[in-house]
Amino acid sequence: MHEFAGFDTGQMMTETKATDAIVTRGLVREFGAVKAVEGVDLSVHRGEIYGFLGPNGAGKTTVIRMLITLLAPTAGSISVAGYDAVTQPDQVRLRIGAALQEAALDDKQTGKELLTLQGRLYGLRGREIAARMAELTDLIDIGDAIGRLIGTYSGGMKRRLDLAAALIHQPEILFLDEPTTGLDPISRNRIFEEIGKINTDLGVTIFLTTQYLEEADALAHRVGIIDRGRLAAQGTPEELKRSRGSDLIIAKLDGNVSREVVASLEGLASVDAVDAHNSELTVSTGNGAALVSGVALKLNELGVGVRELTLRTPTLDDVFLQVTGSRLQKDESGQQEGETTGDDD
Amino acid sequence: MALTAGAGGITVRARKAGFFRDIFAVAWRAVRSMLRDLETVIPALFIPVFMFAVTVGALQDFAENIPGLDYRAFQLPVAVLFAVTGVSRAITVVTDIQSGYFDRLVITPVNRVALLLGLLMADFVLILALTIPVIIMGFIVGVSFETGALGILAFMLLAGLWGLIFNGFPYAIAFKTGNVAAVNLSFLLFFPFLFMTTLFIPQEQMTPWLSTTADFNPVTYILAAERSLITEGWQWGTIRDGIIATLGVGVVSLTLALYTLRGRATRR
Repeated sequence: MHEFAGFDTGQMMTETKATDAIVTRGLVREFGAVKAVEGVDLSVHRGEIYGFLGPNGAGKTTVIRMLITLLAPTAGSISVAGYDAVTQPDQVRLRIGAALQEAALDDKQTGKELLTLQGRLYGLRGREIAARMAELTDLIDIGDAIGRLIGTYSGGMKRRLDLAAALIHQPEILFLDEPTTGLDPISRNRIFEEIGKINTDLGVTIFLTTQYLEEADALAHRVGIIDRGRLAAQGTPEELKRSRGSDLIIAKLDGNVSREVVASLEGLASVDAVDAHNSELTVSTGNGAALVSGVALKLNELGVGVRELTLRTPTLDDVFLQVTGSRLQKDESGQQEGETTGDDD
Repeated sequence: MALTAGAGGITVRARKAGFFRDIFAVAWRAVRSMLRDLETVIPALFIPVFMFAVTVGALQDFAENIPGLDYRAFQLPVAVLFAVTGVSRAITVVTDIQSGYFDRLVITPVNRVALLLGLLMADFVLILALTIPVIIMGFIVGVSFETGALGILAFMLLAGLWGLIFNGFPYAIAFKTGNVAAVNLSFLLFFPFLFMTTLFIPQEQMTPWLSTTADFNPVTYILAAERSLITEGWQWGTIRDGIIATLGVGVVSLTLALYTLRGRATRR
């Protein structure tokens, strides 16, 4: 796992703090011969938003399903809200809420009926359910639609109701598995605003998976990146981005990047590191403005065709590229560069 | 467990609701959903009425050559079993599994068995309701009950018990496969149960092989019990055999349903 400034991975892997809402140790999940999760160690602090990122098939959903007691681990331990998820699943269930991929709702019920049923299954009395529903309909801004059949809701409304259903019993920890996938940008922003409010107003710990790195960057206090079933990096977004240097020069070439090109660029003054992934070249430096022309000249000198040359500060996607070897964000053609085969994790 | 108060101030305490509260919560949702899906109930009423009319119309004169046989009374229990067999929410279970709603239910502290019993309770309500129009149809064509009003109630409960017990099979298939087509195949069980028995004529008039088969079919005993309530009065031995036969099927069907529910709801 990549270690970053201010982040003591060794301590994390050996101690469970009272402030930890979620702790896993050596978490493994196998499906027959396939190892979907291989020894994941997580520590999520109480009250934080933890962004859990990874390409398709990396094991995100498998991890989240183990944390919310839907799936038993093959090996390792899981503590959620201070309880063992394997031996005390009912204690865990009382303290968590979850909104999984795709809004898990019943189109034949009204929003009010669905929330009432959820409340009843958590042992709430009628007065408690009514009070919570009033709070939640305000929080998710669903208005009179709460009395309509869910089948008539838009995708964004369904996701917001899904969130409310996960919150009806005031959980300590909220699990959100790609809560905005498939939504239009306006609905996405609204959901993310609500997630922020739930964390700041209600103090709920949030474990969140998302494909939208800019949103994870803005919302999450800390981020973990899972790749091929292993936790590849963990830290605050700032720590992770800082690990890529203060400036990045990104060059997209006509063909794949050769070793000779990498070696030549590494020889330039003030270059911290050069990474190559297929046709994309990333040069890390402390002073991008001073170096960009030197990189352009060197590439020209080497006879390399350049389609695009960009100077910018690092993003989480750059970190993602560094630790997984592929980007999570879609490129201009709409193709997800980090796509791998496997399940739809 | 003290949880953080919501922004509005109220603090609620999540706790296990209790077995019976869980059952009623699940059952109430299923009943509500049935009331919104009344169109799915229409076939359950049409088929028995149609079968009754066609069978009585075709065979009454011929069958009543058998001394002492009132063929309309003989066919009424068949119509009731047609009405109540296979009326379940198994397709809804599949929809819940496919939409992820079943996962949402399972990550609550709900008692797992209540997820099945709640559905069966709702089914029982519908099944009992379905027997009423069939019995009214019987009255209209002149069938009367030797056992009176209590006998009618027993007739409904016996049919309801059978309908409930049979539903273990579609639920087992739904929990196991999460597939609509597979659940619809449970209808195939309907044929050996309801046709390889005393469906059209009394057992003594059947060919030897079918009569022997009917001996091993629990529905034969249920039909006998139902018929006895109409034409013979309180024949306790016949009623007992009908109940035992139903419970025997129930041991198999409900064990399968609970086993597959466990497989679906517990973490594998």
